Amino acid sequence: MPEHLWRVISLQDHNTRVVIFGAAMLGLAAGLVGCFTLLRRRALVGDALAHAALPGIAIAFLWVTAMGGNGRSLPVLLAGATVSGMFGIASILIIRRGTRIKEDAALGIVLSVFFGLGLELLGIAQQMKNGNKAGLESFIYGKTASMVESDAWLIAIASLICVVVCVGLLKEFKLLCFDEAFAGSRGYPVVLLDAALMSVVVVITIIGLQAVGLVLVIALLVIPAASARFWTDRLVWMMVLSSAIGMLGCLVGAAASAMLPRLPSGAMIVLTTGVGFLISFLVGARRGLLIRMWRRRSLNASIDRQHLLRELYELFETDPNRLSVSWDELVQARSWSNKRLRKILEQASNDGWVSENITKMEFALTERGESEARRLTRRHRLWELYLIHHADIAPQRVDRDADAIEHVLEPETVAELESLLNAELGERRMPTDPHASSAEGVEA
Amino acid sequence: MIGLADSASFWTVEWNWALDGWIVAAGMLCAVASSLLGCFLVLRRMSLLGDAISHAVLPGLAAAFLISGSRSSGWMFLGAVIVGVLTALLSDWIHVRGEVDEGASMGVVFTTLFAAGLIMIVLAADRVDLDPGCVLYGAIESTPLDTWVVPIPILGPTDIPRVVVVLSIVTLINAAFVGLFFKELKMATFDAELATSSGFSAKAIHYVLMTLVAVTAVASFESVGNILVVAMLVVPAATAYLLTDRLGVMILLACVIGAASAWGGHVAAVEIPTWFGFRSTTTAGMMAVATGFAFTLAVVGSPRRGLIPQWIRKQWLRWTILTDDVLALLYRMEEKTLDERPIADAMAMQADLNAWMADVLLTNRFAIKSAVKYHAWRGRIETAQAESSTATAGTSGTGDRSKVLVPKLTGVGRSEAESLVRSHRLWEQYLVTQVDSEGSRIHQQAHQLEHFTDRQLQDQLDHQTDSPEKDPHGSPIPSANDQHP
Repeated sequence: MPEHLWRVISLQDHNTRVVIFGAAMLGLAAGLVGCFTLLRRRALVGDALAHAALPGIAIAFLWVTAMGGNGRSLPVLLAGATVSGMFGIASILIIRRGTRIKEDAALGIVLSVFFGLGLELLGIAQQMKNGNKAGLESFIYGKTASMVESDAWLIAIASLICVVVCVGLLKEFKLLCFDEAFAGSRGYPVVLLDAALMSVVVVITIIGLQAVGLVLVIALLVIPAASARFWTDRLVWMMVLSSAIGMLGCLVGAAASAMLPRLPSGAMIVLTTGVGFLISFLVGARRGLLIRMWRRRSLNASIDRQHLLRELYELFETDPNRLSVSWDELVQARSWSNKRLRKILEQASNDGWVSENITKMEFALTERGESEARRLTRRHRLWELYLIHHADIAPQRVDRDADAIEHVLEPETVAELESLLNAELGERRMPTDPHASSAEGVEA
Repeated sequence: MIGLADSASFWTVEWNWALDGWIVAAGMLCAVASSLLGCFLVLRRMSLLGDAISHAVLPGLAAAFLISGSRSSGWMFLGAVIVGVLTALLSDWIHVRGEVDEGASMGVVFTTLFAAGLIMIVLAADRVDLDPGCVLYGAIESTPLDTWVVPIPILGPTDIPRVVVVLSIVTLINAAFVGLFFKELKMATFDAELATSSGFSAKAIHYVLMTLVAVTAVASFESVGNILVVAMLVVPAATAYLLTDRLGVMILLACVIGAASAWGGHVAAVEIPTWFGFRSTTTAGMMAVATGFAFTLAVVGSPRRGLIPQWIRKQWLRWTILTDDVLALLYRMEEKTLDERPIADAMAMQADLNAWMADVLLTNRFAIKSAVKYHAWRGRIETAQAESSTATAGTSGTGDRSKVLVPKLTGVGRSEAESLVRSHRLWEQYLVTQVDSEGSRIHQQAHQLEHFTDRQLQDQLDHQTDSPEKDPHGSPIPSANDQHP
């Protein structure tokens, strides 16, 4: 086994070299193209397309065989696949534009009907004298492992063309994906660009069809791009990452199946990229699950802390003579559970905002805490004032609305609010509590 | 009978109820079971769920085999359904939690699971002879071969194909679900928030629906192949969606279309290849093609939304507007020349009347010609000789114009044209006085509205604009000539 492993890793076998090279090129191009289809929300177009290619393959085979040619020659079959794939795309566009059927149903219709027709024709091809359909079936499951040198070159060249087209039309495609209407209004030939993008998808799908098979080529178009999305918000980085993930998945998958020849290589490739997706989904730096959970937790914690400080500040404000606040008062103040309040207070005292007297369960603000609490309270009231005066929100409701947004106010926004509300504020630095002030007004 | 159609003459299908009957029954049951749920999938934009599920169940089958060690269909069914539901849940979860596009999350899940399934099958290959190809094609043709004895109340124990029994049960379950929860399903589909606020969980409905789709997909693909499930889930429902706006009708139509396609598909599969000298082909594939055929028919010819009816309606509207415009134009010319010269003379002054009218109405001469002919046929326009009128007016008549025939409004035509012009000018008046439209734009707006204004609306406009004498451009508004006291 180690000897075999070494042979694969050092690429000593010509065949292994060919397969790995071809697969890697395909993964690279598919990853790149997949970014655009993903961003255009057409991730499963490849699925419909791959299925729609089948009748073309069968017709090409039947036709050329009936004419006396070699029906199983690859260029013929790929030409048939391309033509019928284009028909499929055209049908999807017609259904989408000409009827009220939505994209997903259009894909489903084209996918199943074309594939049904394809199976039909394959069934007929099987009945022809030299029509052993074994060669054709490789399109459904793929035959990565039996890729020969000419296939690999075909894949490499086609992939390279797709990459060149995508990179060359990067700006246009970008606009098409993010703001089609804007692109149209700027005078870009949107329909033409869309057609160009779809043609690239067709090419990738067709060559992938032959390499990894019908179901699995979809994976190469979807998974790397979806994985890359977890790592970055920038298109160019996404493209680079997606290509890298696609290429890596193909390399590792093909190598793994070369080591364990019984395992189907197409499936191994997809499984490897699937693992890549899982990792990205969990730990992706930009939108991964863990980073999101961490972000949400820290936001919640900061909101809790802000609420606590504001609560304390307001309690001291209403009664300037008091020295501390008791636990019971705090528990009643907001709908905090005992456990949660305990945690919030602990954190706040660790951070030095709050000083506590454990035995008496009494709490007070430290000097630092007080200035922070004043800042927060001021921000909250500014925002409330703004909502009351400029957004016509009733004073009774304003607290909740202010709560929803105050935690994300930037310092510049606060400054702007202040200048907006100058008339109401006068020279006071701390606006009065809109709820309390009305009550005070009654008392006075 | 399947496979032996060579003795049949061109159009007669050799039909054996014991074989073809059961095959068609299986196809129809699959169609009805799928269509019942498919309508909701199409409306909820989850059409590809069936495709994803039926690809992804492969590892379920393999795992069920590896765990139970048997190929009994019960275990297989359970394994496949579990993985099917898992596919739906997982892609939902990735969609929501990872903010990944719905299609993409589905694509990620089902391709990965499919790959895993392929590998599991290969790894277990020496112990299991699962053919992944069978998942794609199904084996609807062998339906009659595998039978169960089912006790039927009146007939006693009867041999019924296993597939038919299983699909009947699934169909009944789906029908019961849709029938019992129709209101809830409807609400959850069109207004999930309303559904939740009125006391039942739209989410629960969603998950039950996904589970039933998984059950249906598994039950169907086991016997008829995955491609037929996908076709039957999506295509008949989409076809019905083009034909009606009512959910109940849509479901019924989808079932009928699906069942008809199943029957037609089988007939086609048996018959069509024989025309070219082949034996019959895959029935499941042909059934899918038949649904596609039905869909195409609906796209092209659906009475309200079909491309052809829509085109015809558009052309008819264009024609009505053109003929209206011709009438109104003649009226306006008559009006302009009323005091000085008879209309026919003024028209004759135009070197080529048709071309001039075409120019004014932004169309071509041929259209004008046909419109005039149409009006002449309906008695709205008569052709008068220009020459005679020139003579009576006393202007310099020229001999070569004596043969010029020009259109002239008849009594009926005039009153109709008057009504049109009245609509137009009332609208203009209305737009200026009530809507404050810009003076330069009112003509265009009134021009659009006049064709859709009937007598009642005219009177209303008249009333609202205080029955003016003249329109904003200063032309007189014709009075309602056929007013009865």
